[in-house]
Amino acid sequence: MKKHFHYEYLQSKVGYYTALGGMGVLALIGLAAAYYMEHHGHAVTGMTNEIVWGMPHVFAVFLIIAASGILNVASIGTVFGKTPYKPLGRLSAVMAAAVLAGGLMILVLDLGRPDRLVVAMTKYNFRSIFAWNIYLYNGFFAVVLLYLYTQMSQDFRVRRYYTAAGTLAFLWRLILTTGTGSIFGWLVARQPYDLAIFAPMFIALSFSFGLAIFILLMVALMKGDERPLGHGLVNRMGRLLGVFVAAAAYFTVVWWLTDLYAAEHRPMVGYLFFSGNIYSWLYWLGFMALGTIAPLFLVFSRSARTSFKPVVTASILTVLGGISLVYFVIIGGQSYPLVLFPGKQVSSTYNDGMFYSYAPSLPEILLGLGGMAVAVAIVLVASKTLRILPTTLADAAVDPHLATGEVAEMKKAA
Amino acid sequence: MMDQGARDKTASGQEVSREDELNEARRAFMRNIAAASVISLGGGLTLFTVGGSQAQAKKPEEPLDPKKRWGMLIDTTKCSDGCQKCVDACKQENGWEAEPHSPHDVQWIRKVNVKDPATGFMMSLPVMCQHCANPPCVDVCPTGASMQRADGIVRVNMHICIGCRYCMMACPYKARSFVHEDIPEEKKRFHAPMGKGCVTSCDFCAHRVDAGKIPACAEACPEGAMLFGDLNDPNSALSKRLKGIPSYQIREDLGTDTGIRYTRLP
Repeated sequence: MKKHFHYEYLQSKVGYYTALGGMGVLALIGLAAAYYMEHHGHAVTGMTNEIVWGMPHVFAVFLIIAASGILNVASIGTVFGKTPYKPLGRLSAVMAAAVLAGGLMILVLDLGRPDRLVVAMTKYNFRSIFAWNIYLYNGFFAVVLLYLYTQMSQDFRVRRYYTAAGTLAFLWRLILTTGTGSIFGWLVARQPYDLAIFAPMFIALSFSFGLAIFILLMVALMKGDERPLGHGLVNRMGRLLGVFVAAAAYFTVVWWLTDLYAAEHRPMVGYLFFSGNIYSWLYWLGFMALGTIAPLFLVFSRSARTSFKPVVTASILTVLGGISLVYFVIIGGQSYPLVLFPGKQVSSTYNDGMFYSYAPSLPEILLGLGGMAVAVAIVLVASKTLRILPTTLADAAVDPHLATGEVAEMKKAA
Repeated sequence: MMDQGARDKTASGQEVSREDELNEARRAFMRNIAAASVISLGGGLTLFTVGGSQAQAKKPEEPLDPKKRWGMLIDTTKCSDGCQKCVDACKQENGWEAEPHSPHDVQWIRKVNVKDPATGFMMSLPVMCQHCANPPCVDVCPTGASMQRADGIVRVNMHICIGCRYCMMACPYKARSFVHEDIPEEKKRFHAPMGKGCVTSCDFCAHRVDAGKIPACAEACPEGAMLFGDLNDPNSALSKRLKGIPSYQIREDLGTDTGIRYTRLP
C-alpha cells in the first residue's frame, strides 16, 4: 500500500526566530564585507596575481558541490525507490536550491565587477565551461522547482510526473557537478589540475558533502521543532554517508597516484601532498583523518545505532574535512607555480618559479560565512512558509523495517 | 622643424614623425565625430547623418584583416640579463608600474631568468602574452571578454570583463594580471584598457599596430632582438627570418601555437 506522509510548517518558536535572526545578521555582515572588497578593490583581500581565487571560492565551490549532493537525498527516494528517503524529498529539493543560491551569491559578489552580472547573463562564450556552468546553475533551479512542484502539487495530473522530474533532476545534478569539476579538470596549463578525474571526484565529493549537510540541517530542524526522528533512519543515512566518504577519498587517492606515476608531476605531488606544508596537513589531517577515517569509524560504530551523536559528529567532520579538501584543491593547487620551462630554475620580478603563499583576509571569510547563512536562512524561511518538513520521521512512520530487526534489538540491549 | 628624436618605426620598417602621427590622430578624430553622428536602428536602417558619408563613418570600424597574423621572433641570443628596456618601454607606453615581486601590481611583460640546474647554463628572456592561435584564456572566458582579434592579437575587452579571473587560471604563460585597485588618473592610457576589477594583459600595442607601427617593446630593444611582423605574409621580414632558422615556442607541447617565437630556449 502506498504510504502517505504529512508535512507541516515550522512552529513559531523563539529558537526559530533567533536562528533566522542570527543568519540574517551573518548575511548582512557578508554583504558589507563584499561591499568593502569591491569598493577598495581586491588589494584588501589575501588574493594576488598568483592566488587569483581565494577564500570566497573555497566557500562557493564547497557549497555548489554540496548543493547537488543534497539533492541526492530526494533522488534516492524518487529514482532509486528507497522508501525511508521518500518523505525527505521536499526538504532535499529546497535545501539543494538554497545551498546553491548561497554558493552563487559568494561567487558573484567576489567578481571584480559584480555590477556586470547582467553581462554574464547575456553574453556567452560557448567554448567556456564557466559559461556552460551558468546555464547548468540556472537550469538546476528550474529543474529543482519543477521537481518540487510535482512533489507538492495536489493535482494528480502533475504528481504523475514526479518520477520523471526526479530522474531529470538527478541527471541534471550529475551533469552540473561534472561541469564544476571540469572547471579545474580542464585547466591544461596547471599541473595540479588537468585531469579528467576531477569530474567524477567532484561528484563523489558532492555525495558526501551534500548528505552530511542534509543530515545536520534535518536533525536541527526536526529536533528544534520537536518532531519525532528515528534512530534507524539517521543510522541508515549515516552508513550511506560512510560509503560516500570512502568513495570521495578513493578518488583523491587515484588523483595523486596518477600524478605520482608521471615523472614530470612528481615534484608537484611531493610539494602538495608530502612536503609537510599547510596543504599536506589539510589533505592528510583535515580531509583524510578527520574528514574520512573518523567519520567512517563513527557511522559504522555500534553506538550509531542507538544515538544521533556519532552520525551528527561524523557529518560535522565530513563538512570540515570537505572544506579542508576544497581549500587544498583551490589554494594549494594555485600555490604551485606554472611551469614555463620544465626542469629549469626560473625567477623574475613577477614571481615566476616561486611557491605562492596566501593568507585569507577577514572580509573574504565573512563573505563566505554570509553565503552559508543565506543558504540556511532560505531553508528556515521555506520550512516556515511551505509544507516541506514531515510531521514525523519516526522509524515506524517512514519504514516499518527500520523499526524492527537489529536496530530494535540494539535499543533493547541499550 | 621635425624633431629627429620623435620618430617611430612602422611595422614595415618605415619611420613616421610625431607630426604625422598627430595629423593622423586629428583625421581619426574627425572620422569618429562623423561616425558618432550616424544614428542607426540596426539592420542597416539609418535615421540621419550629419556631416560625412556613411562610408567615412564606418572607416574606424573597418574590419581587421583576417589574412594577417601578427607575431614576433625574439632573438634570445641578443637578450642580456640586466637589460629591461622592453619592459620599461611597455610601462611607459601602456601606463603600468610594478614594484618587483608585488603581489598585486599589473605586469604586461617581464624578464624571466632561467637556469639549467644540471649544467649551470643561464639565460634571460622577455615573456609576455604569447598571442596564441589557440588561446586557453579565450576558450575559458565566460563572456567572451578575453578575445582574439581577426589579426591574431589576443586581448581583453574591458567593457565586458566581469573579473572572474578564470583566464588567469587558464593562461599557461602567467601573462595576465588582475587590476586590484584604482589606477591613478595620471597613469591611465586611453589605448591601454585597464580598470579596477578587470583582467589585463599585453595586447601587442594594438593601437600602434593599427596605426602601422610596431609594439613599443620591439621598438625599444637596443639590440633589435624583437622582430615584429605578419606571420602569414611569406614576404614579411619575420616570415623570411623564421624560414631560415629554427625557432621555438614556450610550452610548445600544449599546442597553443604561440605568435611569439624564440630563437633559443633553455
